[in-house]
Amino acid sequence: MHSTGYIIKFTVIMTIISGLILSGMFYATEPIAKKNAAVFKKRAILSSISSLLDKPLAQMSDDEVLDLFANKMEQKVLNMKGEVVEGKAEDLSMAAEAKLPEAERKLPLFIYDSKDGKINIIGVYGNGLWDKIWGYIALKSDNKTIAGASFDHKGETPGLGAEIKDDPTFSYHFIGKSIMDDAGKYTSVKVMKKVTDPAHQVDGIGGATLTGNGVTEMLVRGIKYYLPYFEKNKN
Amino acid sequence: MSGKEEKKPLFGPKEKRLLWDPINDNNPVTVQVLGVCSALAVTSLVYKSVVMAIAVIFVVAFSNLITSLIRNYIPSQVRMIAQLVIIATLVTIVELTLKAANYAIYKELSVFIGLIITNCIVMGRLEAFAMGNSPWRSFLDGIGNGLGYGVILIIVGIIRELFGKGTLFAGSPIQLNIIGKSNDLVHYWIDTSPGSMMSWYSNNGLLALPVSSLFLIGIIIWVQRGKNKKLVDVS
Repeated sequence: MHSTGYIIKFTVIMTIISGLILSGMFYATEPIAKKNAAVFKKRAILSSISSLLDKPLAQMSDDEVLDLFANKMEQKVLNMKGEVVEGKAEDLSMAAEAKLPEAERKLPLFIYDSKDGKINIIGVYGNGLWDKIWGYIALKSDNKTIAGASFDHKGETPGLGAEIKDDPTFSYHFIGKSIMDDAGKYTSVKVMKKVTDPAHQVDGIGGATLTGNGVTEMLVRGIKYYLPYFEKNKN
Repeated sequence: MSGKEEKKPLFGPKEKRLLWDPINDNNPVTVQVLGVCSALAVTSLVYKSVVMAIAVIFVVAFSNLITSLIRNYIPSQVRMIAQLVIIATLVTIVELTLKAANYAIYKELSVFIGLIITNCIVMGRLEAFAMGNSPWRSFLDGIGNGLGYGVILIIVGIIRELFGKGTLFAGSPIQLNIIGKSNDLVHYWIDTSPGSMMSWYSNNGLLALPVSSLFLIGIIIWVQRGKNKKLVDVS
């Protein structure tokens, strides 16, 4: 049996050693981890315009991604009235904004300077089947036609709902859809089991109806938030 | 501890058994039925299983080694806490490393890396083996048990991903698209799009769910007991 004094000494020394190791480790890896997190988010945004990039996203290095954001991407933060407010879109957390009352939320807007004009990339955030889902929708300069989309999720079922992120076909189907009808009324884009209106509907994923419904709800509500801004900035 | 240290070969038959026993005769998952929780959760993709297996091998091996090195100094009253501190330190090191080295897979595995701390295999080996054996043998025992866990994880992962999603190593740089509907974006080796010979085939959605690994582990236990006479109860 060890004495109480020994036990206290042992635990104190052990705690100090492990504390030192971990804090050293943390400070050594933190800058890299921070950069990784930023690049991860930027890649998600870029994958919504992957068909417009000069080279495939997977082949772009981390520095090229950061470079593109620094040079060809304009960032704006909007309020719910469609006015530009101060801030940088990449620093805005859609998860935190979603907790605020609807009228006080802020919206991220990325404007990509592509060969065929400015592309507005908007952020949407909603509920999937199990947990939160979010995505980025790229709109052509007419602010109607979708140029691309990308989605991510926190905890959808792998192989089913998670395919909104994993299956590139799903987001590919969004390209060319219109969020307005011919009369200029807002219709959004919906994920359907059976597509009856190909201009505004997208084929869902088999076995993931509820996640698909979540995406639909997210798009109908989320894209609408940006309409005041588009109205004010008509070309 | 025994004072006499005989001259023994560094890697004799006994050491070999330390490595091989946990892979078959004394497998931590299928024979001792430990660590099943994470085996259910992370096996939806092979890539995730492989990373998790490596993480667990690292944690078990080094926590065994460290515990064994200081086993004579650990007061028995606080030995569990001491073991936990060692495990938690190592798991945090793994987490920080992963965050810096591959952020995407860190996001995928999310809480399950942290939950290695509660994996019964790790704590079990420290209590049952490392507290009473030499560092080198404890290290081998740790690698053996980590491998035993990892092998099951990877077997389940391969079956679940191949038949649940139609791919192998999805998410990694060497993703293989085995079976599914080919289109302009994704090409599968075996095409199941309408009109092709394999059009009757579709992925099994059940295998995408965690519950399927329970069945798969059950089947693995069944097959293993059928083949390995040592595991059959005599009574």
